[in-house]
Amino acid sequence: MSSATDALPEIGSIEPNRHGYRTFTLGSFGFSRDEYFAHVTWPKGHHLLPVDAFLRALQRDIAWGFFYGIVNFDTVIGTVNHYGSVDLFAGRFNAHYKKAGLDHVERFKTPLIQRVFEAMLEDWTNATFDPFASPQETGSAFGPKNGSNKRAITRHRVTAKRMVAAPGDEPVRTDENGFPVNRAFRDVPQDQPHITAEPGFEDEVVAFNLFAYLSRSDVTWNPSIVSVCKASLYCPTTEEYVLPVIHGNDRVEWFVQLSDEIQWEVEDRETGAVRARVTMRAGDVAAMPADIRHRGFSPKRSMLLVWENASPGLPQLYASGTMPPTPVQF
Amino acid sequence: MEHRGTRFGSLAHYEKGGVEVINDDARNYVFSNLFEVASKSKPYEKVAVGKNIEYVIEAIRAEGTSSWRAPAQDEFALVMDGEVEIRLLKLDNPGVVPAGAHGSIGLPGTPAGRAMGVVRARRGHMTLLPAGAAYQFHAARPGVMLLQTLAGPDTIERWAEICQTARRPNA
Repeated sequence: MSSATDALPEIGSIEPNRHGYRTFTLGSFGFSRDEYFAHVTWPKGHHLLPVDAFLRALQRDIAWGFFYGIVNFDTVIGTVNHYGSVDLFAGRFNAHYKKAGLDHVERFKTPLIQRVFEAMLEDWTNATFDPFASPQETGSAFGPKNGSNKRAITRHRVTAKRMVAAPGDEPVRTDENGFPVNRAFRDVPQDQPHITAEPGFEDEVVAFNLFAYLSRSDVTWNPSIVSVCKASLYCPTTEEYVLPVIHGNDRVEWFVQLSDEIQWEVEDRETGAVRARVTMRAGDVAAMPADIRHRGFSPKRSMLLVWENASPGLPQLYASGTMPPTPVQF
Repeated sequence: MEHRGTRFGSLAHYEKGGVEVINDDARNYVFSNLFEVASKSKPYEKVAVGKNIEYVIEAIRAEGTSSWRAPAQDEFALVMDGEVEIRLLKLDNPGVVPAGAHGSIGLPGTPAGRAMGVVRARRGHMTLLPAGAAYQFHAARPGVMLLQTLAGPDTIERWAEICQTARRPNA
């Protein structure tokens, strides 16, 4: 791998194409869209994805800061986070593309790829489409250029420093601050814990209703930090329909199903060979090993607790084999 | 639009999923159900249901009154079933938690300190258990908590008993 590309990229064409959208380049990758598809080119190949799926994946990749490990937009295109730089790849984690010699990888400094991805998301997202919303809660991504939806694609990302509702930390969600209860969670109790604090301890006796908080989430498949125990992060999220990316792990992560059901397809991270299907219902706990990739399917909006270990040295420990890919041996 | 009710679990009713192995070992997924674990636990046993190097999440059966404990760092208790009273006390001597300790330590009797307050938490409620304080749980009826912490001296690991090992659920 060569060093990361550091030069300022061209952000995109000035003139839109005949569908009204700008085209973008990043190194030797090219990106364009038409009324239905996002087209990706690289020196040895080309690929296309349905543009709604592409924008949903692009939105997560940007919002998550390229997340932990690999964000596969589909079985061909995606990114690998090196925490300071990012690989953009085609076919890198597809056994057939690799065998045919059609795979391609380029590394970019994070601010550069972030800048291009953000410009692409903004230009290609029409006024009718919210890439964070469930399919039933948004309009169409398709058709010729039709305005923009910057409010939807620049939402505040919740990253509690200690715990949601703690003094000076992320606030709870309410009707008043723009988070009504989601249509799928109307039956979730909105009561708050009963807190009796002695004088002088009002800021140290802290609790909130996490399930009510999640019932008011206006996005799907977007883990957000609500509590921090050193490098142990609780990142709950509400899920509906299909995880827009196939997440390849660079460390172990854990899922706790808080409500309803999600099915996970688990594949080998490198080749995509199927390894298992994991069905999780309320109260189920499961690990995702460090050498897999996974995609979730949630038939009804559900609450999922994603539990992460954010220790910065972990990817290297797993990649070097110092750490086994599974969290517990028994 | 038809509204399909939200399904939470409880000690009295949970529907466990599972791992269907295609080309793997079910043990790699360390699959368990926290309600099932709590249903077989003694009150306030700290049974790890997730482990990520030094960090754990523990399923705790809340029933009756617990002993007092002091965390070495902030911990977070999420009530998954029932109602739990969480009593907090500011320790006169935070040094009862040895330097370098992980998780939390049990304290004999009632430690010296000032009452900070009480949280009555029900399903879905998350409570901060702050470093420098001690806490005690009380539940009039059996309930379940999930605790975010580090593995400590009282963390129980019995993975082979709680996790799926067969290639199919319920096999």
